[in-house]
Amino acid sequence: MLRFLVRRSLGALVILLIISMVTFALFFAIPADPARLSCGKVCTPENLALIRHSMQLDQPVPLQFWHWFSGIFTGRDFGGAGYCNAPCFGYSYVKQEMITNTLIDRFPTTLSLTVGSAVIFLIFGIGTGMLAANKQGKPADKIASSASLIASSLQIYVAGPLALWALVYSTNWLQLPAYVPITQDPIGWFTGLLVPWLVLSLIWTANYTRMTRSSMVEQLSEDYVRTARAKGMSGRSVFLRYAWRGAMGTIVTVFGIDLGVLLGGAIITENTFGLQGLGQLSIDSIRQSDLSMMVGVTMVAATLIVVSNIVVDAAYALIDPRIRLA
Amino acid sequence: MTTQAKPEETAAPGGSSSFLSVRDLSVRFRTEDGVVRAVDNLSFEVERGTTLGIVGESGSGKSVTNLAILGLHNPANSEITGSIKLAGQELVGAPNKELEKLRGHTMSMIFQDPLTALSPFHTIGAQIGETYRKHTGASKKEARDRSIEMLTKVGIPQPTTRVDDFPHQFSGGMRQRAMIAMSLVCDPALVIADEPTTALDVTVQAQILDLLKELQQEMGTAIILITHDLGVVAKTAKDIMVMYAGRAVERGTVREVLKAPQHPYTWGLLSSMPNLTGPVGVPLRPVRGTPPSLINLPTGCPFNPRCDHLEQVIGGKCTTERPPLAPEAGHATACHLSSGQKQEIFIDQIQPRLG
Amino acid sequence: MSNELTLDKTDGHTPTIGEPLLQLSGLQKHFPVMDGFLFKRQVGAVHAVDGVDLTVHANESVGLVGESGCGKSTLGRLVTRLYEPTAGTITYAGQDISHAGRKQLAPIRSEIQMIFQDPYSSLNPRQTVGAIIGAPMEINGINPPGGIQKKVQELLETVGLNPEHYNRFPHEFSGGQRQRIGVARALSLSPKLIVADEPVSALDVSIQAQVVNLLQQLQKDLGIAFLFIAHDLAIVRHFSQRVAVMYLGKIVEIADRQSLYESPRHPYTHALLSAVPEADPDDDRERIRLVGDVPSPINPPSGCRFRTRCWKAQEKCATEEPPLVQLSGNLDGHLTACHFPEDGGLAAAPAAV
Repeated sequence: MLRFLVRRSLGALVILLIISMVTFALFFAIPADPARLSCGKVCTPENLALIRHSMQLDQPVPLQFWHWFSGIFTGRDFGGAGYCNAPCFGYSYVKQEMITNTLIDRFPTTLSLTVGSAVIFLIFGIGTGMLAANKQGKPADKIASSASLIASSLQIYVAGPLALWALVYSTNWLQLPAYVPITQDPIGWFTGLLVPWLVLSLIWTANYTRMTRSSMVEQLSEDYVRTARAKGMSGRSVFLRYAWRGAMGTIVTVFGIDLGVLLGGAIITENTFGLQGLGQLSIDSIRQSDLSMMVGVTMVAATLIVVSNIVVDAAYALIDPRIRLA
Repeated sequence: MTTQAKPEETAAPGGSSSFLSVRDLSVRFRTEDGVVRAVDNLSFEVERGTTLGIVGESGSGKSVTNLAILGLHNPANSEITGSIKLAGQELVGAPNKELEKLRGHTMSMIFQDPLTALSPFHTIGAQIGETYRKHTGASKKEARDRSIEMLTKVGIPQPTTRVDDFPHQFSGGMRQRAMIAMSLVCDPALVIADEPTTALDVTVQAQILDLLKELQQEMGTAIILITHDLGVVAKTAKDIMVMYAGRAVERGTVREVLKAPQHPYTWGLLSSMPNLTGPVGVPLRPVRGTPPSLINLPTGCPFNPRCDHLEQVIGGKCTTERPPLAPEAGHATACHLSSGQKQEIFIDQIQPRLG
Repeated sequence: MSNELTLDKTDGHTPTIGEPLLQLSGLQKHFPVMDGFLFKRQVGAVHAVDGVDLTVHANESVGLVGESGCGKSTLGRLVTRLYEPTAGTITYAGQDISHAGRKQLAPIRSEIQMIFQDPYSSLNPRQTVGAIIGAPMEINGINPPGGIQKKVQELLETVGLNPEHYNRFPHEFSGGQRQRIGVARALSLSPKLIVADEPVSALDVSIQAQVVNLLQQLQKDLGIAFLFIAHDLAIVRHFSQRVAVMYLGKIVEIADRQSLYESPRHPYTHALLSAVPEADPDDDRERIRLVGDVPSPINPPSGCRFRTRCWKAQEKCATEEPPLVQLSGNLDGHLTACHFPEDGGLAAAPAAV
């Protein structure tokens, strides 16, 4: 297992290096000149050259990449903007901020949103899915299946405003979404995120219900489940000890990947509820042509997905003894 | 479960004396295409310490019958009627809690493919021990010791370490041994072995059949051996029942059925199998056509579309009237041919082919 | 390319065994076992086929028997060049095809066809039977007189299916009928050699016989050579004039069927035969019970590979590999690889282990 983790981590570093090169190349492929953008209204060619020089845009691209890349490990000096400590993802001339600081500032929002809704959709999704599988073909199953079909076809930009209207504006039952750090005010953190959690997890619950149901149904028709019944195991232990054990592999795999994607920024949800997380940050930086910020956000999102993939593979090996990691 | 035990069957004469007595068993499945009559009015008996071989091809109802004995059919889509009595206890319509207590304890099952029939997620020891703990209330430690004892009994080398292995770490033959250990852990009085050697090589098959026989002699278990291979039953069973389209078409001792078979389907099975000494260079004599659909059975004798002896039956009864399995006891067949005709056809036409 | 496939072209008598059609010499297939920390490297090999010499003549059916993992299916795939051999040569009709490329193989591919074990998974469920059987002709650019459809219908008739079922899908057929479709596909290019890998083992007993009869009829009438791979010794005996027994990647004994089944000399052949259950309650043949399992093909035993399970094994068996030779007292062509062979005849079996 240790061998596997070390090997996969080294592989992950290679992947991330490639991703960083590609995103960095895109930086130059986009028809926007960061120097021109920072130049202001009255932009003389001298000014432009000066800015270009201060942004190091006059250097060869490989050298620029090297500065950026080594900065992640060693930190980097941005002259007037100050010194950027490692891990340094560069300086945003648009925001006039160190990118690392912005990322650190925004990440807790996304993390809170993801973890909170993941807890909800895992509990309800898996629970409903197992119930439906247990009552296969009966009314409970049919209700759960059709409800989840409807819910999973909802879109956040529909469900979000609807929920805001129903739960906040017209009834005042819940608070308007806002992010307060949990360290400052746990109750405010909870109430501020409750509506986004509910909306985001509604759709994901539906997906997990469907997935859990179908993999449980599949497992229940396996030969070894029949064997367990033939040995006199009770319906309950057949369901939990055998079928659920088999279904877990699929669910953990999908969840790991979903988690990585969500942590990279639930773009539409954050945008709908005005939460300043990584998703919102990526939209803003695209809108403002903040190229160095885009590269930074992409790198963080890519890292989260790569890491969660490794975790999924390791978890899968723990669940299924047939998978040997090497 | 949608089951109705026929009240008059509870007092059926002679039915209660055997250890396992199946009377007029019918199993039907509701499907989108119609009702599948998987087992139709089947009766048979098994005594303690003996082996009944049930022979038939896919769709003959042999596996369905045995899953019905264990009560493993999904009550939502199946309908079981008739009576199954195990040591006097009626199993058809028995509450699931009762059946759970019997399964694995009084009656157990060995499945065909031990790779898929054993859980890949639990160790061999856990799967054997679990059955033991469930039925005896033993502790984990006792169950583990019992697992090791059973693995030793079925001939697994280094049982103390192999007990913690997972099924995928065993070879095919060893997995089937482990499966046998699991089914015998509570000393069941009835073991149903469903094609226990079909997935195995011949040399391993021979080992497994020997093992089953030894264990039977030691523990006095009644065994139902389901197979499509007449050679396997010849080596292991006392009685044979040949099934076709959900019904018994021939029943008797191994010697009666294999040495003097009387049903055209049994003849077909025997002459379609090549053997190690028969003549080569002559074509085999397969049974014509294909097995019937269990949703739309032919009228009369279900074998009539594939039978070569239709014209010999006076009055064309084969297509109109279903032949009963007769006589009640002893060597019996379900065929309209007279016993003289059967004798004659077998000696004149069939026996010479078998070589 | 001949298009004479209809069965009425036969001249009535059994075709005589012809020239060598397929010759395998020192054939090996090793599958690498990879491991390593940062970079995978080969740490061993599965010796699936490990030095096989075998000749199949035109018009002849050679049976290949052995237990699972003995390499018989790998050998079949080497012959059809679905695998490339690690060492050794495959000569087909005088031409070395061991490492032939796609282009070189193209004409030969149509002459060597394969019939697979599983009639359920070896037919594309989304194609009609007509498309499945016609595909080999289309791929090879063959346009038979009357068109492909007419040829497919002839083929369907040849294998005993209704030619009008041209437009049906595989799921509309039973297992035995599907295997007939597989046979028709193999016949579509008028092959000279068919490799049949367990062609009947997935079928019911009564259907098995139908397919075996069909194949035998085709062999006789069309003069096709067969490499018939199966684990069922009785069916192989029925179908093949010569039979080779494989154990752990090697042929341990090969002979015409009569010699092999009546006077096996290799202890493994003997054990295999004695393990076959016969449907005869009076069958009192001596039974030999092999102990344990087949050893791993990654680390096959030294010397004679069967020695770990052999009741006759002595020191010599561990150090020296027995060559596959004709032992004294054997008929021509009966080759055995054993230092301490049985004296032939099934009755004189040694005590069981």
